[in-house]
Amino acid sequence: MSRLLLKGGRIVDPSQKLDQVWDLLINDDRIEAVGKDLPQDSDTEVIDLAGKVVAPGFVDMHVHLREPGFEYKETVASGTAAAAAGGFTGVACMPNTDPVNDNRAVTELILERASDEGTVAVYPIGAVSVGSKGEEMAEIGDLVDAGCVAVSDDGHPVATSFLMRRALEYTKMFGIPVIDHCEDLSLTAKSSMHEGTASTRLGLRGHPSAAEEIIVGRDVILAELTGGHLHCAHLSTAGALRQVREAKRRDLAVTCEVTPHHFTLIDEAVSGFDTNTKMSPPLRGPEDLDAVLAAFADGTVDVIATDHAPHHADEKNVEYDIAMPGIIGLETAVPLACEHLVHTGVIDVSRLVELFSINPCRILGIAGGTLEAGAPANVTVLDLDRQASIDISASLSKSQNSPFDGMLLRGWPAATIYSGKIVWRSDT
Amino acid sequence: MMDDKKPESNERQAAGEKGGQAMGNDPNGIQVDTEPGATALKCTDLLGIEYLDVEDINLILDTAEHFKEISQRPIKKVPALRGKTIVNIFFEPSTRTRTSFEIAAKRLSADAQSISASTSSLVKGETLVDTALNIEAMYPDLIVMRHSRPGAAHLYARHTSARVINAGDGGHEHPTQALLDALTIRDHKGKFEGLRVAIIGDIAHSRVARSNIHCLNKLGAQVVVAAPPTFLPLDVESLGVEAHHRLEPAIEGADVVMALRIQLERGGKLSFPSQREYFSLFGLTRERLSITAEDSIVMHPGPMNRGVEIASDVADGPTSVILDQVRNGLAVRMAVLYLLAGSSKDVETAA
Repeated sequence: MSRLLLKGGRIVDPSQKLDQVWDLLINDDRIEAVGKDLPQDSDTEVIDLAGKVVAPGFVDMHVHLREPGFEYKETVASGTAAAAAGGFTGVACMPNTDPVNDNRAVTELILERASDEGTVAVYPIGAVSVGSKGEEMAEIGDLVDAGCVAVSDDGHPVATSFLMRRALEYTKMFGIPVIDHCEDLSLTAKSSMHEGTASTRLGLRGHPSAAEEIIVGRDVILAELTGGHLHCAHLSTAGALRQVREAKRRDLAVTCEVTPHHFTLIDEAVSGFDTNTKMSPPLRGPEDLDAVLAAFADGTVDVIATDHAPHHADEKNVEYDIAMPGIIGLETAVPLACEHLVHTGVIDVSRLVELFSINPCRILGIAGGTLEAGAPANVTVLDLDRQASIDISASLSKSQNSPFDGMLLRGWPAATIYSGKIVWRSDT
Repeated sequence: MMDDKKPESNERQAAGEKGGQAMGNDPNGIQVDTEPGATALKCTDLLGIEYLDVEDINLILDTAEHFKEISQRPIKKVPALRGKTIVNIFFEPSTRTRTSFEIAAKRLSADAQSISASTSSLVKGETLVDTALNIEAMYPDLIVMRHSRPGAAHLYARHTSARVINAGDGGHEHPTQALLDALTIRDHKGKFEGLRVAIIGDIAHSRVARSNIHCLNKLGAQVVVAAPPTFLPLDVESLGVEAHHRLEPAIEGADVVMALRIQLERGGKLSFPSQREYFSLFGLTRERLSITAEDSIVMHPGPMNRGVEIASDVADGPTSVILDQVRNGLAVRMAVLYLLAGSSKDVETAA
């Protein structure tokens, strides 16, 4: 039995309403104790964390690991290594692989890869429909039995109101959420950026906010009808967040996530046609950014999720409107959140931990999100004062598609402990 | 935040990475008579009017003014760009613009080669960047490109040391069209300040509209647009125009009325019910144009859909300057080729 003592860090664990400069003792893969001046014996490895924040392990609930099928973009091995370097002890991976994760065999393959080559925990998300085609329902019960923690047709919206209704009803048996990529495709054909003043100037076809808001509206209404758990992925507009706020006020089982790029960038960033500014949903207008920040402050947003979407350089080095949408995000999320949410005073550190750890674990129904004795020893250590620039060339992801390269940010992960082992530690 | 990710091509334009001075007055008898200090373009590529300042625009117009005369000589050729290689790459069909650039190059004695989409490797699946790199290996001095996708010229410019002239990139910009329109307006009106210019038609999908709005605003004219709301991009006023949903308030008192081509190939789906209804609401007729300013002129970038956006008697009538636009297109393109080729690096070292 090996023990690890994290000494003198600021322990921030909202699950226990804890914010104290204390010690944390890990025994093998479990947390043994948290408290003041914990005893140590000669076998205990001690790490001095004075000045650092010690939090329950962060989980990114929206990641594209690309395996199987797109290993040239990312693999379970490279994606989980990048996750560890970004301060995450677990990732939930979306089913839009090739083949789609719509059956037990694919789920088992992902979990086998994770067990053999993974650095952190991997929680597969299964497809809602066979092939994510929006027609027949996938064998959701079998997917859950194999290890899936949610279902989604991400990349696409759940195709019809009827399918969404059935999915929200059926998943109640398993207590898992239906995660929807909210986009009315009939309003976004050929679009490659937000419809606003920037698209008007650039002549690129616009994706209106209404496209997201219409499907959020549909889904909230169906969540009310069915009592199923709706989780809205990567919300980006003022109107979408307004509807989620209203749904929560009415105690519906509706949760949502926002990506770091949607709380830091706006559509003006597209001006030079840099394809690393192309996302789905797109970077929105300044009024949406204001609404996103307000939704962080008032509790409407449950989760920060990256929508980590690795693409090969060749898929980005093309004309803007045919470039693949999406950016990598695992190694930039924490510093972006520290700089733009915590240091600006939008949220405090406890809320940051809720957004990155407690809420994703609660929504997915997975162990974690706490530093209580007996919990899995998944810990994220932060250095809120470290200032450094993002260097995308140093990323552990297989892809480097990011608009944040070179950005100077304050507040970085310092170490990642997964299952009692230090799986990543900052050089500085 | 935004400052951290300046558009690469803009930065390069500003920094003048491709750098260098223009030749100034040409030894071949072409006196470029411009204001002191304005003998070289500050941009290194012509990607859009948005990136030009008024000094650059005036330099191009003044240079074009001098080039007009060459096309009226018995021998319509000067040696200004002898030894320069110009590659015209048209990924999208074009007759007027392509012919205009080809003739402009020949009048300046450049070696010009044209590639069109049907004969290029594009149909074989080659990427734009690979096309750029391959042509780059043949040492071109100037690239003229037409492409269906916004920003394609920006992308090309990042992968070549040649000057890139955007001859139309999707619904984004068509800078030489705006420049030839400006020259035509200047010819007829002698000024821009105080002019009211009405642009009628599919503003949302029109590169001609965007470039003209930028150009005319920079030159001091007032731009008004009119179109069915389905043809107006969101928040069109942010471009610096007054917008109307009916034709009459836009053209009332206008000094210039410009009809845009209805581009059925560019997403006109569900934008208007029929050509007949469009003509009845927005078609330019002599009767409708009676409320414009005295001595107003009518323009159209071509190709025209007669009886859709403009009646034939207007297109062929006394107020039409449509063929002047084409004539000026040649002079403007000669000016742009001349000014951009004149600033290339090898000229500096050879001189």
